[in-house]
Amino acid sequence: MSKIRVVHYINQFYGGIGGEEKADYKPEVRTEVVGPGLALTQNFGDEAEIVATIICGDSYFNENTDEALSTILKMVEEHKPDLFIAGPAFNAGRYGMACGAVCKAINEKGIKTVTAMYEENPGLDSFKKDTYILPTGNSAASMRKAAPALAKFAIKLAKGEMTGSADTEGYFPRGIRKNVFVEQRGSTRAVNMLLNKINGKKFTTEYAMPTFDNVEPGKAIKDLSKAKIAIVTSGGIVPKNNPDKVESSSASKYGSYDFTGMNDLTSETFETAHGGYDPVYANDDSDRVVPVDVLRQLEKDGVIGSLHNIFYSTTGNGTSVANSKAFASEFTQDLLSAGVDAVILTST
Amino acid sequence: MKLELGRINIKDVVLSDESKIVNGVLNVNANAIKEIVLKDERIKNVTIDIAKPNDSTRITPVKDVIEPRVKVEGNGDIFPGMISKMNTVGSGKTHVLSGCAVVTCGKIVGFQEGIIDMCGVGADYTPFSKLFNVCLVIEPVDNLTPYEYEDAARVAGLTIANYLGELGREITPDVVEVYETLPISQSVVNYPDLPKVAYVYMLQTQGLLHDTYVYGADAKKIIPTLLSPTEIMDGAITSGNCVSACDKNTTYHHLNNPIIKDLYSKHGKEINFVGVIITNETVYLADKERSSDFTAKLCKLIGVDAVIISQEGFGNPDTDLIMNCKKIEQEGIKTVIVTDEYAGRDGLSQSLADADPLANATVTGGNANEVILLPKMDKLIGTLDYVDKIAGGFDGSLRSDGSIEAEIQVITGATNELGFNKLTAREF
Repeated sequence: MSKIRVVHYINQFYGGIGGEEKADYKPEVRTEVVGPGLALTQNFGDEAEIVATIICGDSYFNENTDEALSTILKMVEEHKPDLFIAGPAFNAGRYGMACGAVCKAINEKGIKTVTAMYEENPGLDSFKKDTYILPTGNSAASMRKAAPALAKFAIKLAKGEMTGSADTEGYFPRGIRKNVFVEQRGSTRAVNMLLNKINGKKFTTEYAMPTFDNVEPGKAIKDLSKAKIAIVTSGGIVPKNNPDKVESSSASKYGSYDFTGMNDLTSETFETAHGGYDPVYANDDSDRVVPVDVLRQLEKDGVIGSLHNIFYSTTGNGTSVANSKAFASEFTQDLLSAGVDAVILTST
Repeated sequence: MKLELGRINIKDVVLSDESKIVNGVLNVNANAIKEIVLKDERIKNVTIDIAKPNDSTRITPVKDVIEPRVKVEGNGDIFPGMISKMNTVGSGKTHVLSGCAVVTCGKIVGFQEGIIDMCGVGADYTPFSKLFNVCLVIEPVDNLTPYEYEDAARVAGLTIANYLGELGREITPDVVEVYETLPISQSVVNYPDLPKVAYVYMLQTQGLLHDTYVYGADAKKIIPTLLSPTEIMDGAITSGNCVSACDKNTTYHHLNNPIIKDLYSKHGKEINFVGVIITNETVYLADKERSSDFTAKLCKLIGVDAVIISQEGFGNPDTDLIMNCKKIEQEGIKTVIVTDEYAGRDGLSQSLADADPLANATVTGGNANEVILLPKMDKLIGTLDYVDKIAGGFDGSLRSDGSIEAEIQVITGATNELGFNKLTAREF
């Protein structure tokens, strides 16, 4: 079996070019093993070899990222590697950013990538979702431990054997939740976790609490009687028979529905597609979720300037934050171009 | 309260002229069942079918799964206040037909019912693929309201479970388990050095197909209260709930609550398991505040050191879960919460709709959004008409070759939040 072909990326310091004074060094490719590549090679055994080393100054990379990336990508592709390794970057911030960015770009070309750095390196937070990153100590003094771990991981990755979760394989979590079957049922795990918590012993939560974005409230409407108001809902109101087939849960889409000329949503015209609440009342009268009837009255009474004649609707039920964000960033453009001043967002 | 649970191992289920249990084989007289079910004038027809482990059979849309039991000694009967006379249960002797269940299915009530595959990859995700299932395919009379239909189907399932449970009355059980919960004042004398632990049992109570009943009372109208764990084994809690079927507790789950079982296994050794606090998951904020206030207060009043809190459902009830966890922790009582995740099909989104740093010990039943391909089955019990519409399905879920591509959300019990399964999610 032929050896796994590896291209290795390092900065000007580890490439032996020089220190900070040489940080503007432009990308250079050498068909040889350089610096930390020697330690990796020692640990590859017969399984892998470094076919090329790319050296680039940290300042040059971070100040000319697009140019640097396009040069490096070309260099990498010429050597047709099975795998790309960058670093380790330890706690060098700009080096870490470069390792992460290069790995991300190469990953997008379908080549497997891995880098390694210290947990406080800013490159970790910026790129942990884009490539495998292994932990190291905070300085090059930890190279002796880092190199074997990185080499071993790289071989496993190249062979397509990287199937375990972050904690079992030893990389920094990339923020991807995947299902696995484990030895014990959940109730037993819960009781054991509780016993550890009671007894002051170490325990590992199975899901670390997320932090939520805060949405800053929009500016107050000074004169409602001149404002154009739109309705957006996650309550799943759709025209009868759900023409866009918006899912009852985990929506992958939203609908936009024109109700020009309508003063009321009736059980003959609208219904809910939402699978997460008792649908009977919404089906009986969809104004309960999308209050067209009262808003038309307010429009008539001059309390609001006008009601936007299209409402946007999806089902909030089990729908991911990522999907919700994508929907809103799309239809918000429509709302803006329609001159809408404010939105009533109804949930269920 | 002391309950002896005698398990009769059911090794097979067959249709027969007479309902009886012979050498562990449950004989079922379909006509007798039909006659009982059709006494309810809301039901037009019922078809009885059997699904066995490893059969190439798909059951959908599933509403409830119920384990047959019978009370042979002690107060009351199974499912008190619901289909039996109101009486406090949880003492004496109960026989269980272990390894079988009644499954109610048929025409859809909402968008929310589930799928049980008896073989293939889907079978790994539901505990009910391992049971001999007596399936009731129920057809309501025309123009029945969804509420009436849901009620009729639910009562039919419980009634038939009791009818089958009755067959085990005179049978000598294969295994006898004994569970006992003493008055708290006595158990703290018996176990002065053990930490006092309670179980906070959250019940889904949000309306049609989202309801749970306690001794027949609609749990959305209860305020949190205390039960002996043994009452639950006798059917004090029944399910009216199968919305997003993956993380809803069927009546089977309630009867066999694994948190109760695992807490009992440590009772008197590592902990003093003092009882179960039931609470609800309502739709109004004021109700959520009241229920979580009362739950935390009850934990404090009975003087526990730690609790396990289990959730039912997701999204809106994440708020109830976090309120309970936070308020109980703020009383100085340690918590572990049991939940599941909706992290998106790619697993990249936040898994919960609410969070708090005090919820630092979490057990998860897995990501319900993960997509699965369920192979075609040779036999169908129920109807495939609704596969694209049920929660977790999407336009095109049902493929022309009979296979189904959907989120595991569609599978009954897949990400159960009582910790019934070995499925979990990890960070990759």
